[in-house]
Amino acid sequence: MIPLEHVIGLSALLFAIGGVGALTRRNLIVILMSIELMLNAANLAFVGFARAWGGSAGQIFVLMVIVVAAAEVAVGLGIVIALFRNRESMNVEDVSLLKW
Amino acid sequence: MVTGGAHSELLRWIPLLPLAAAVLHGIILGLLRRESPRSFVIAVSCGAPILAFVVALLAFFQLTDLPAGQRVLIDEVYAWIGAGRIAAEMSFVFDPLSAVMCLVVTGVGSLIHIYSIGYMADDHRDDGGFQRFFCYLNLFTCAMLLLVLGDNLVVMFLGWEGVGLCSYLLIGFWYGDRWNAYCGMKAFVVNRIGDFGFLLGIFLVIWALSGSGTTTLNFREMQAAIATIAERSVEVPAWLPGAPSWHLATLIGLCLFLGAVGKSAQLPLYVWLPDAMAGPTPVSALIHAATMVTAGVYMVCRLSFLYAVAPGASATIAWVGAATALFAATIAVAQTDIKKVLAYSTVSQLGYMFLAAGCGAYSAAIFHLGTHAFFKALLFLGSGAVILAMHHEQDTDKMGGLRRWLPRTHAVFLIGVLAIAGFPPFAGFFSKDSILLATWGAAAIPGHRALWAIGLVTAVLTAFYMFRLHFRTFAGTCRAPEEVQRHIHEPAAVVLVPLYVLAFFAIFAGFAGFPDAYGEAIGVPEADSLAHWLQGVLRQQEPAVAFSTELGLAALAVAAAAAGALAAAWLYVWRPELPERIAARAGALYRLVREKYYVDEIYDALFVRPLVTLSDRVLFRGVDAGLIDGVFANGSARAVRGFAAHGLKYLQSGLAQGYLVTMVAGALALVAWLLR
Repeated sequence: MIPLEHVIGLSALLFAIGGVGALTRRNLIVILMSIELMLNAANLAFVGFARAWGGSAGQIFVLMVIVVAAAEVAVGLGIVIALFRNRESMNVEDVSLLKW
Repeated sequence: MVTGGAHSELLRWIPLLPLAAAVLHGIILGLLRRESPRSFVIAVSCGAPILAFVVALLAFFQLTDLPAGQRVLIDEVYAWIGAGRIAAEMSFVFDPLSAVMCLVVTGVGSLIHIYSIGYMADDHRDDGGFQRFFCYLNLFTCAMLLLVLGDNLVVMFLGWEGVGLCSYLLIGFWYGDRWNAYCGMKAFVVNRIGDFGFLLGIFLVIWALSGSGTTTLNFREMQAAIATIAERSVEVPAWLPGAPSWHLATLIGLCLFLGAVGKSAQLPLYVWLPDAMAGPTPVSALIHAATMVTAGVYMVCRLSFLYAVAPGASATIAWVGAATALFAATIAVAQTDIKKVLAYSTVSQLGYMFLAAGCGAYSAAIFHLGTHAFFKALLFLGSGAVILAMHHEQDTDKMGGLRRWLPRTHAVFLIGVLAIAGFPPFAGFFSKDSILLATWGAAAIPGHRALWAIGLVTAVLTAFYMFRLHFRTFAGTCRAPEEVQRHIHEPAAVVLVPLYVLAFFAIFAGFAGFPDAYGEAIGVPEADSLAHWLQGVLRQQEPAVAFSTELGLAALAVAAAAAGALAAAWLYVWRPELPERIAARAGALYRLVREKYYVDEIYDALFVRPLVTLSDRVLFRGVDAGLIDGVFANGSARAVRGFAAHGLKYLQSGLAQGYLVTMVAGALALVAWLLR
């Protein structure tokens, strides 16, 4: 039986990696991937706690998160494709028209 | 003190009937936006006060059936205000005092309603004027009856404000002329000054009573708790006489009297009443002579138990009343507008009533209030008949010799003049005599003999200016243009009949207060039925005056009236060229009196114009437009806009990862705060 601390530790590690990736990388695809990593870190925490406390709510939440993440990726990739067609770029710093 | 009190559900109908008529007119005019046929208006509006009069008579007979000393009818309709320990019920009281007032208000009011049918017949404006007029008149009657019947100070105040509102509406009734609207506003504003005092008085009463554990404000409980009010005192500023402490009763009495000064047009707040003559003449008769302006006198008499323990307030009332009586009488001497003379005479007569009330002769005050209601309503309605005949000419300079065309109006007007001048056996003689007698004997008031002398001088002046008015209107030759003269004619019966009824009372109403002493002399016990009727309600202070003195005083009063009348006859009938020569000789003095001592101008310069300037320049342009609009509303918006445009907008960089950093930082800060 894997102790809860290990699950949480892995979850935190994945979350941090995803966060740093989302903050530092310029490629939009990589940023999307990093966000997915963060979501799954949260999922891991959910199932870890659900298992430790013997409830099913955490697992149900995970299913919800997976559905939302799928939709998010679909929309995100759609935006990336539309952007690439217009700008021929995947760099997030090139997309800063909406400002003062 | 009167104990007990029978319950009677009749009372609520007395104010409710005129209210229903007013509301009906209001719905038709205001909500349905149409005008009813005149016959309908007349039936509803004249029917309501007449029915109210009948109900009041029924209640009166119920009252007389009760044994003396228990004559109180009470009608508690519903609990109106309940807040903590303060409770004000919508309840009405019908005791001998409110019975007299109620009968005067509904009786004289009904006559004036009928008279108005004739007077307003030629009002053909397209704003529903005829119906609107009667709507206001009914509303006024309702408010006045609330004032008179109210069982506590709060209901009384409701009526007090209601009559003020109706007065405003009716003075400015012909609002097409800006001057009339201005006069209405003036009346309202001046009355507000007095009402402020009245309100303070009510608050003080509540404060005083809350100490004694009394929870309602009705007059009987106030009277029961008067001892606890009487022994309390309050600190006053050092510059006031009698500092450093006053009786609380004196302070309450003075605050409430300030309300009476405003409503009853006493010095120094009398200035609105002469200008109130801008309203239609029936309004002047009903509101500004017979009923509303006497509300102050009624209030003082209703609270006679309070004033009995407040000698300072009583003395003030007496002196203010006497000063007003003399002051207004001197102004009336030089006025040429027929209604202005009557207006100043009303102010003067109200001064008499306060003189009596201040001297503790409350029943004399109520007596004069009643007789004055009859003869002053008669004089006003008579002057209205003259004004109608002269096609809305009010200046006596353009009248004269009208007896030829208006013999009936002349006769009833003469009765009114004789009554107000105080010739026996007309009503004014008995009431004025009882006031002068009470003043002579009021040893508790400082300078009561001086007050009596002022009263006597005022009586001379009253007779003089009233006969002057009468001679200038009805005697001599007519000064109106030929064109106008050809159209002068006696008014319709609907105008004349109320005059006859009022004339009857102007002659005979005085016998209700036939002095006891005279009665004993001719073998009639308790001849002064009014005083005996009011005995239980009022804290009467009987003047101890010998019968011979009483006769002497009466003779002096008659001599004073005769002197005034003879002087007027000499100046305006026998030697008509004299007045102009006297006016020319005493030019400055004459102008001073004719221009009403320039009081309006002084008030204008001292209070009105500085206040208007203050409100326009400082309060409106400075505080409202400058501070509130400029700084608070627009200024704050402009500041936010400037800050956002030149600072905050740079936060929106367009870089998605910048936003992300902010978000993460915020989340981290939250986590750090939660884990602290």
